[in-house]
Amino acid sequence: MNTQEILSIFIRILRDLLLDDSIVLTMETRREEIPDWDSFNYINFIVAVETEFGVKFKIADIESFSDVGAIVTELTKMLA
Amino acid sequence: MRTEAQDIHRITFNLPPIYPVRYGPMQSTPPHCLTLSWLPVAPDFREDFRAALGCAEPADCLEKVASLAGYRLGFLETVQLDRALGRLGVRQAPGFSSIRLAILASSTVDHLAPAVRVAGLRRKLLIDVHNGAYGQYRQEILDQSSPLHQFRPQFLLFSLNAREAIAGVALTATSAEVDEAIAGFIDELRTLWRKAREICGGVIIQQTFVDVTEPLFGSYDRLVPAAPARMVARLNDHLCEAAAQDGVLLLDVASASQRDGIDAWFDVRRWLQGKLEIAPQAAPLYGDMVARIVVAQRGLSKKCLVLDLDNTLWGGVIGDDGIDGIILGEGSAEGEAHLALQRYAKYLKERGVILAICSKNEAAIAEAVFDDHPEMVLRRSDIAVFQANWNDKAENLKAIATRLNIGIDSLVFVDDNPVERARIRQSLPMVAVPEMPEDVAQYVHCVANAGYFEAIAFTAEDRDRARQYAENAQREALLQSAQSMDEFLRGLKMSVRFGPFTAVDQGRIVQLINKTNQFNTTTRRYTAAEIADVANLPEAMTLQFRLVDRIGDNGLVSAMILRPAADHDDALEIENWVMSCRVFGRRLEFEAMNIVVEAARQRGACALVADYIPTSKNNVIGALYPSLGFSAVDQSSAANKATRWFLNIADYVMHDSHICRGGAAE
Repeated sequence: MNTQEILSIFIRILRDLLLDDSIVLTMETRREEIPDWDSFNYINFIVAVETEFGVKFKIADIESFSDVGAIVTELTKMLA
Repeated sequence: MRTEAQDIHRITFNLPPIYPVRYGPMQSTPPHCLTLSWLPVAPDFREDFRAALGCAEPADCLEKVASLAGYRLGFLETVQLDRALGRLGVRQAPGFSSIRLAILASSTVDHLAPAVRVAGLRRKLLIDVHNGAYGQYRQEILDQSSPLHQFRPQFLLFSLNAREAIAGVALTATSAEVDEAIAGFIDELRTLWRKAREICGGVIIQQTFVDVTEPLFGSYDRLVPAAPARMVARLNDHLCEAAAQDGVLLLDVASASQRDGIDAWFDVRRWLQGKLEIAPQAAPLYGDMVARIVVAQRGLSKKCLVLDLDNTLWGGVIGDDGIDGIILGEGSAEGEAHLALQRYAKYLKERGVILAICSKNEAAIAEAVFDDHPEMVLRRSDIAVFQANWNDKAENLKAIATRLNIGIDSLVFVDDNPVERARIRQSLPMVAVPEMPEDVAQYVHCVANAGYFEAIAFTAEDRDRARQYAENAQREALLQSAQSMDEFLRGLKMSVRFGPFTAVDQGRIVQLINKTNQFNTTTRRYTAAEIADVANLPEAMTLQFRLVDRIGDNGLVSAMILRPAADHDDALEIENWVMSCRVFGRRLEFEAMNIVVEAARQRGACALVADYIPTSKNNVIGALYPSLGFSAVDQSSAANKATRWFLNIADYVMHDSHICRGGAAE
């Protein structure tokens, strides 16, 4: 699965979670740029991604993801 | 020209299934993931949810969102529904009851509130949840200006973890030292319960302590007093004892997590990430468990288990296979599984759940199995209503509710046939219809884990209920043979025993007031503490009534609470009056009024006043007060459509009731 495909799934998940179909994510998007993507919804997002892809992120990674691209990169590694 | 957003929209919604979804939400269940397994899987949650959001009217949207809450939702769908609910911003809606519940926690519970609200929606409750600040529950209770106090919760849920209770106990501590430390923690908790009750009022629910400890010695942990796991177990022992003494209700997450496996309930990564004691994936079940207790406290738990026969209570089809051909009992794994369901139903009957049969069969052939098959655990006498015929099952369910004089929403319908289940869900959405698993081995698990019959007490009345329903069948036969209603009532040789509320009957009185929905004049609910208070209040008057007849003792079937009326001098107001549906049509309300009037007169009261507050369930007593001689008081229309009634005691004419006085109720 390529970066763009993962990104579109992330967008679907976040749109569903926040009920906002205008959300657009790029590799550079940071959490604080998306309204309502607070720490509560960050946990929800991580839970959703883990459920969707059947993976478990390492706790250190969850803590240090700086932007959406970092999550995509880590996920790509895990799926490889 | 297409915009970028549209393009992404298209990509998002039309993704071909090329990515390796190992388990998408609701497709298959990953290990350690709890599901609300008794609820049906939504055919297309995403589509239906978008349709619900598209409703123009908030009321329509709420209805649609509530019906989606009836499906087998995961955590993420729950969060989505809750978000939609939050956007609607409705606090009250016709057909929904509003509840205020506060969660006081020593861990993060932000993710539990959505699950509680959605579980409420599933039961037509709009639960307003107040989340206390993390770890601040002591201050919130003690500080009278805290948001908690302003919130005025009707339910206070203490969601605490064991860490602080067992911290600081040395591993070398003796059993006595461990118990002392735990007792100290529990004593402090009891003080908080008392304070919370005094200041906020409301029902207290205490979550049991989840054991998230890791083994230290291994199996030997159980023999070391201060081993973490052993201490959590002791803590729960002490907690349960204290809760029983203080009338606090338990939310037993500890047992649930033992049954489901701790990994289903606790995810250490979420604890580290955000101090979540309950894993997000367990939140929907947690919310459902909370809602069950709210429902039980409101007297809205289910009352009757309606069972299908063929391939439910036994394997095979009795009409085709005959009594020798059906699969039932020892010697066959499948037969034992059907027997297990029968045993579970019998257990439910022993705790006061009414059993009924609804089956497409010839009645005589079906009933013969109950009388003649040697392996049957359920016998004909266990079944209160037996509907075996070829009529539509929806009609039969209505007939069962009518015969038992209970609401149709008090029924749980268990049927192996998905077509019958779908038909009932569609035509009688208020009936609970568990989604029975494919494998009969899982039937008991499914019915048991749905929590339909959640209770907050187990009274003598419950133990006796089956006998009373059997006796009512005898009374019905008597009525059939009587020439007139008067002759029937005279023939019953009824007597009433009455008196003020007593401590020994308190459990039953609380249950009666809180579970009765039909003959309930104001549907005001009371906690045990409030009942004890009003019983001791000199200016208040309480009355309880037991009805005995020649067939049996109907038990404590009616209760009334009166206080001095605010708007009339020398008048008593009937604040609430309830009567069990078991004794409808027996003229007990007339004799009860004779008794109340006499008692009020003795206290020097000149008049009685009473409100009738209509609900969707109590229209059976819509004409109660006028029939007893009350006249309507002119009143500008109240918000709750209440009507107010007045009776001048001097003008009261004693009613003829065919019920004699049997002295004081014990």
